[in-house]
Amino acid sequence: MKSSNCPNCGAPVQFRWSSAVQTACPFCRSILIRTDIELKNVGQVADLPPDPSPIQLLTEGVFKGKKFQVTGRLVYQYEQGNWNEWHIVMADGQSGWLSDAQLQYAVSFRADGIALPSQAEISRGKRMHFQNTDFEVSTLTVAMYKGFEGELPFPYYGKSDMLFADLRTSGRAFGTLDYSEAPPLLFLGEWVGFEELQLKGLREFEGWK
Amino acid sequence: MASPLVAPPVVKAKALNCPSCGAAVELRGFGHALTVVCPNCLTALDTSSPEIKILGQIQEAQRRTLWIPLGTRGKIGGAEWEVIGFQTRMVVEDADCWDEYLLFNPYKGFRYLTEYKGHWNFVTPLEPMPARLALARRPAVSMDGVVFKHFSGAEAMTSFVLGEFPWRLQAGEKVVCDDFVHPPSVLSSETTQDEITWSRGEYTPAADIWKAFALPGKPVPGRGVYENQPSPYAGKTGGRWVLFFLMLAVLLCLATFFTAFSQNNVVFHDSYHFTTLNNADKDASFVTSIFKLDGRTAGLELTVHADVQNNWAYFNFALINDDTGSAYDFGREVSYYYGSDSDGAWNEGSQTSTVYIPAVPPGHYYFRVEPEMDTATGPYRKASARYNAMVYEITLRHDVPNYSWFWIAALLLLIPPVFSTIRARSFEVKRWMQSDYPPVTRGGGDD
Repeated sequence: MKSSNCPNCGAPVQFRWSSAVQTACPFCRSILIRTDIELKNVGQVADLPPDPSPIQLLTEGVFKGKKFQVTGRLVYQYEQGNWNEWHIVMADGQSGWLSDAQLQYAVSFRADGIALPSQAEISRGKRMHFQNTDFEVSTLTVAMYKGFEGELPFPYYGKSDMLFADLRTSGRAFGTLDYSEAPPLLFLGEWVGFEELQLKGLREFEGWK
Repeated sequence: MASPLVAPPVVKAKALNCPSCGAAVELRGFGHALTVVCPNCLTALDTSSPEIKILGQIQEAQRRTLWIPLGTRGKIGGAEWEVIGFQTRMVVEDADCWDEYLLFNPYKGFRYLTEYKGHWNFVTPLEPMPARLALARRPAVSMDGVVFKHFSGAEAMTSFVLGEFPWRLQAGEKVVCDDFVHPPSVLSSETTQDEITWSRGEYTPAADIWKAFALPGKPVPGRGVYENQPSPYAGKTGGRWVLFFLMLAVLLCLATFFTAFSQNNVVFHDSYHFTTLNNADKDASFVTSIFKLDGRTAGLELTVHADVQNNWAYFNFALINDDTGSAYDFGREVSYYYGSDSDGAWNEGSQTSTVYIPAVPPGHYYFRVEPEMDTATGPYRKASARYNAMVYEITLRHDVPNYSWFWIAALLLLIPPVFSTIRARSFEVKRWMQSDYPPVTRGGGDD
């Protein structure tokens, strides 16, 4: 665990994940970007919308037999509401995402080295084939960042109207094409049931066990 | 070391006051709801942002009694669910309606219970997209190697809502609903202009719902056969046929066994001449020599062969036990006709007849035989002596296996599988009559 001081308020800022690029000062809520030499304060965290996700920072779970911990979170907003992408770090240091859209859970990892269609080439119903699996673009979603907390593998600020293409299969495999960068990013993963994740350190809900 | 930015440990339930009528509206979905309908004035509210907006009255103010009231909790599939929303959906074309109860668990998300004429389904939203198949005449999809056949497709809209929903309700929005069935499961798709969403339903007996939610009284029995209702015969019919063939195999083994252990030897054989010309008025009966039946009580097979041509003969037999005097009386007819007409040569009947006499104990026996035959008159009498005379042979075999029990048993064994197959077929016909692909055309033939 690496430790530095917040350039704004001087409070100690800890990184739980060695590759984290961005975090928020837990005391003054400054958005801190980590460079090779220093922490840079790039703004203030906006209040996160009240959120009913049972997951929170430091929640632990299991995916395909490997343990992970939630270290950060991005909240996206789109026409139909919000969804969460929880940044998770696997026991072996791999970085991934646990998404929670209306309590439908999925785990995905960034997949590099695959030729991807450009934003102009993408449309609903388009079929693609990666990693021996057939994918179909099921929805195109335009979203913006609504907020973040914790540690992230990239700086999140300064983007809006990002295009995401949902890739579905006839099985558990799914993918997301993220056009917030050029060339686009591909995330591949699986839908997972709540029980399978064996989550610990969840939030509690009034009136529920 | 909780960071100040970490959410508070316990998420509180909320409530709001209806901006239209002021009534308190309980919120059960911990902020997942984007639409809430005030239970008092039935006004739909947009709760997607902190400033609650009135969406308006999307339905006629009517009162509905729900089988499962909002706020009721029950356990299905090992998890606890709370009913937080209710909607009635209506097929645009024929105004046929079904109800949907929205179930919520703050960890596990959303499920649905659908009800149509007393038939219930527990429905889970589906993330994978079932693969489309093209079968002979109708669409189908496959999921995990199971084929689901298209049942029906229709445009539907929401006609009544209560409680809260995790989506923005749009009054009058129409979606195309398609159901693909593989009882007891159904895969349903809802298609809008922008997307297609899938869900998977499992047929659930109403009694299970009543038990899960501790509902008072008894459920109304389901009317008709529902699209994914499991057939009470489907699983059994195959098994009944397997059982039938197993029992048939056992019967065949028994028959083979009896054949192998039957002596089937000739114990009596003789041939006789008979004519009606000389002794027509005399008693034609006579007795044969005595023969012996050895061994066990067994079946006898008597064969009588008479060389009648275009005539009949009748034989009255009595098999008499010389030791006890007891008799078995029976008769046999032999008739054989032939000729030719415009269609060519023909023949009818047989010169041979066989009769089986079951369970005859061993001992000394003889036959009394009384032959009769038609006495030809007129031109036939003169045409040939053969019309009024015959030579006949009597052959008696002892310890002959009898197979009639085999056929009777096989027929009896056929009853359960055949009955089951007919019931299963008729159940499927009732099911598919409700689909877009009725197996039998209704009405028809009125001309």
